[in-house]
Amino acid sequence: MVVTTSWYLTLAAILFSMGAVGLLTRRNPLIMIMCIELMLNAVNLTFVSLGSELGDLGGQLSVFFVLVVAASEVVVGLAVVVAIMRRRQGATVDDLSVLRG
Amino acid sequence: MDAAVFLISAAIVLTGAGGVLVARNPVHAALFLVQTLFGVAVLFVLQDATFLAAVQVIVYAGAVVILFLFVIMLLGVDRAEDLGVEPIVGQRPVAAVVGASLLGMLLIALLVSVDGPTGAHAANAPLGDAADNTRLLGEALFTDYVFAVELTAILLTVAVIGAVVLARRVRGPLAPLPVVVVASVADDGEQGDDGPPDVAEATDVSDEGEGA
Amino acid sequence: MLDLVWLVPAFPLAGFLILTFGGRRLGEPTAGWLATGAMAGSFLATAGAFYDLAGRDLHDRRSVTTLFEWVPAGDLTVDVGFLADPLSLTMCLFVTGVGALIHLYSIGYMHGDADFRRFFAYLNLFAFAMLMLVLGDNLLLTFLGWEGVGACSYLLISFWFTDEANASAGKKAFITNRIGDWGFMLAIFMTFATFGTVAYVDVLDTTAAGTVATSTATFIALMLFVGAIGKSAQFPLFLWLPDAMAGPTPVSALIHAATMVTSGIYLLTRVNPIIADAADWVPTLIAWTGAGTALFAATIAVAQRDIKKVLAYSTISQLGYMFLAVGCGAYVAAVFHMITHAFFKALLFLGSGSVIHGMDGDQDMAHYGGLRRLMPVTAGTFVIGWLAIAGVPPFAGFWSKDEILAYAWNESPLLWAVGLVTAVLTAFYMTRLVILTFFGRHRYADPRPDEVEEAWASAIAVAEEAVVAAAAALAAAVTASEAATDEPDVAEAVVAARAAHEAAVLERDGIVASAGERPELPALALYGAPDIGPVADRLPDQVATRSDHHPHESPWTMGLPLVVLAVLSVLGGLIQLPFSTATKRLEGWLEPTLFGNEVHLSVGTGTLWVLAAVAVAGGAVGILVAVAAYLQRRVDHRAFEQPILADAWRFDRLVSNFMGGPGRAGFEATANFDSTVVDGAVESVATMVKAEARLLRRFHNGLVRTYAAGVGVGAVGLVVWFLSRTSF
Repeated sequence: MVVTTSWYLTLAAILFSMGAVGLLTRRNPLIMIMCIELMLNAVNLTFVSLGSELGDLGGQLSVFFVLVVAASEVVVGLAVVVAIMRRRQGATVDDLSVLRG
Repeated sequence: MDAAVFLISAAIVLTGAGGVLVARNPVHAALFLVQTLFGVAVLFVLQDATFLAAVQVIVYAGAVVILFLFVIMLLGVDRAEDLGVEPIVGQRPVAAVVGASLLGMLLIALLVSVDGPTGAHAANAPLGDAADNTRLLGEALFTDYVFAVELTAILLTVAVIGAVVLARRVRGPLAPLPVVVVASVADDGEQGDDGPPDVAEATDVSDEGEGA
Repeated sequence: MLDLVWLVPAFPLAGFLILTFGGRRLGEPTAGWLATGAMAGSFLATAGAFYDLAGRDLHDRRSVTTLFEWVPAGDLTVDVGFLADPLSLTMCLFVTGVGALIHLYSIGYMHGDADFRRFFAYLNLFAFAMLMLVLGDNLLLTFLGWEGVGACSYLLISFWFTDEANASAGKKAFITNRIGDWGFMLAIFMTFATFGTVAYVDVLDTTAAGTVATSTATFIALMLFVGAIGKSAQFPLFLWLPDAMAGPTPVSALIHAATMVTSGIYLLTRVNPIIADAADWVPTLIAWTGAGTALFAATIAVAQRDIKKVLAYSTISQLGYMFLAVGCGAYVAAVFHMITHAFFKALLFLGSGSVIHGMDGDQDMAHYGGLRRLMPVTAGTFVIGWLAIAGVPPFAGFWSKDEILAYAWNESPLLWAVGLVTAVLTAFYMTRLVILTFFGRHRYADPRPDEVEEAWASAIAVAEEAVVAAAAALAAAVTASEAATDEPDVAEAVVAARAAHEAAVLERDGIVASAGERPELPALALYGAPDIGPVADRLPDQVATRSDHHPHESPWTMGLPLVVLAVLSVLGGLIQLPFSTATKRLEGWLEPTLFGNEVHLSVGTGTLWVLAAVAVAGGAVGILVAVAAYLQRRVDHRAFEQPILADAWRFDRLVSNFMGGPGRAGFEATANFDSTVVDGAVESVATMVKAEARLLRRFHNGLVRTYAAGVGVGAVGLVVWFLSRTSF
């Protein structure tokens, strides 16, 4: 069997959906950020697959930048989580509803 | 041969993702995430994106996940989260619907379309083979996309400074975190007329605070 | 001079402003002379404009003087302008002329009143509003004057508002007028919708050219007729006019006889092209309403005891004649009767005011009698007015009433019959009024029923006291006899006391029995002083004061207008004598305003003579019957004064019951509908917003995951949308 692009894209779609479900379901902020990482990986996979199908280096370049931004986002996000969560043990995202209207 | 590698990598990726989803202990979840990242790195290699595969392992699996683990250890958030209870009414069904629809529609878009991706071939950045990948990437980055690279540098700097500022220890007494009982969507209606909770009134965890 | 026609309403307006803001320095009688001077100035300006207009060619007699633009509202522009044509100047002449005379009269009548200045300010304001009504060159300006005279009527009727009854009468007049105004307003709206303008020149010329649909013209004519019914006190909106007699008599003369009540007829005459274009039943309706009201009011006037109420119902009746004329297409006859009516009705009202002034405010004719010897000028002029209204030739009323009857015969013999019966009744009740007031014996010195009651009561009281005193004396004598038992004087004293007691009781019983058996005092002691019986010396002091204090004649400020109006009542017929086209001066003068809508008499001259003779005979019959009943003793007058007539056919009570019962239920239902349905609809919008907000607020729970779920749902939506737009 030849592995066509659509196999990769299918896999990426499944990975993305699982990341989305995880983001909506989990309460621990760190695990939620991990689910975001899953989604970003799915996107990276898509970029690379399509780049290789089209013979365009742009796919991999995009992944490069996505990687950088994801890394910095994780850094800042974890810093925020630390800043909030260090006050209380076992805190979950649901405890932060001060912005309710 | 490629197919076998692909299938095995796909299995690794998906089991890792499933593990992230259902792991109760955040450390386990981080490890499952590493598994997924490795799988994705293999898939990158299959696509002749060798540089990215290396970067994926070094940066993602090697730095980001380590950072996760550091934070987990720092905060002591190693207690298990109770996955059986979902306080927000309707969140799980909504999540299921969203996930299923996304998957369904993406699959439809990908598989039903006749012509496949319709992008044009690149004008100035042709894809080489695996050996040339790093060189070609470097050339493209530092000639055509050099501004973007500089901007990412600034971005990273800002992120580092921001993280340091956000996470430092503040001297003096800390303002207590407002305590709010998780209000489910169902009983919001009766409490609708009250204003936002008064921050000064909140106490710490052990108190049963009043829902605002 | 025609350019200065704006001076005509400007004089009374200036008078009003000076009197209002002039302060207390303008007391009596300066305020009165100032107001009269303003009216005189207005009359002179009108005379000048009249002279100018008469000098023009017959078909050029229409002049519009625009002062400024009043309502610039998109498609609707209304100017303040004055239309000086034969009809409006004729009305202005008698409004300002009669008005000036009444102002002069009021100086004498309101002498000594604390609100002298306010009275003349209101009178001038009224004159201004009336002149705007008549001179306005568009329906809106006429409506301004219409409302203005209604408001001034309210102010003047309730002039002595500290008395509750006067204030209520003013309110009644205003509210009843308002019902008519509703019709007028609808007519203005329809006029604007049909013609795009409300100016008379455009509307009437367009209508006369024949381009208006019958249904539109019918609607406008009908609504204007509703307005005219309210203002001119026809059935069923006549209720306010008799109550309006609560105002001072000059007010009754000016407003409710000569000017305001004729504005309805002026309006209908002004829009005669529209009436001509309306359906045929509209003029018939107008004619029958007028005739019916005339007869109805005349029957009521027969049984009234208040002199002003008789004149009020008489006014309603004569206005009915004018509507009858309009309905028969005889606009010239209507205007003619309006002019002569202004003369003789104002004369009659002012004369009655003079009588009331002389009788110190007493308006009950049962207390009058034989006043011609004490008030000769009043009596003489009043008799002239009486002859005019009774239709005795050659006085003014005969010519105008006869013309109306001729046109009524032309339209329908039944209408003529109703008019004739009304004429007979008019002659009857006016003769009755004159006889009761000026002829016969003096009744002002007679004791009144309540005074006789008082006398009897005092007699009985005295007798009672005598009985009580005698009983006390008896008791004292008995006590004395028991104390000293053997003295013969004491025993005699007891016997005497007992006898005295019995005598006193007998006398008291006798008086009580006489009081119970005494005959009823007659309502009108026409032929001899009432027999009071034994209590004649017990009458209260005011009876004696009354017989000493004679009613007196009025001062010259009141007498002069009476004389002038009497002269006009004699000569007024000259403007429209029916003998030939040359003598029909009024018809020729008014022709440009009639657009050829005047009906032509298809009755032969011989028939006209017969009709005139029958009318004169009918008037004579009325006069003779009244003389027989009230002056000679041939007919019992009580046969005519039925209680139901005195109660105005209980129409007032009918209206009150309706308004209090079903009317009130209707009002409350409407108010409930407004607060529940209309307000509820508005409030339900707010309620719905609140409910919706309460629903939506549940999504603002501040939880990150809910917002994330929202983002997810939105993303799914976007993808669905994009997918639906692609083709595979």
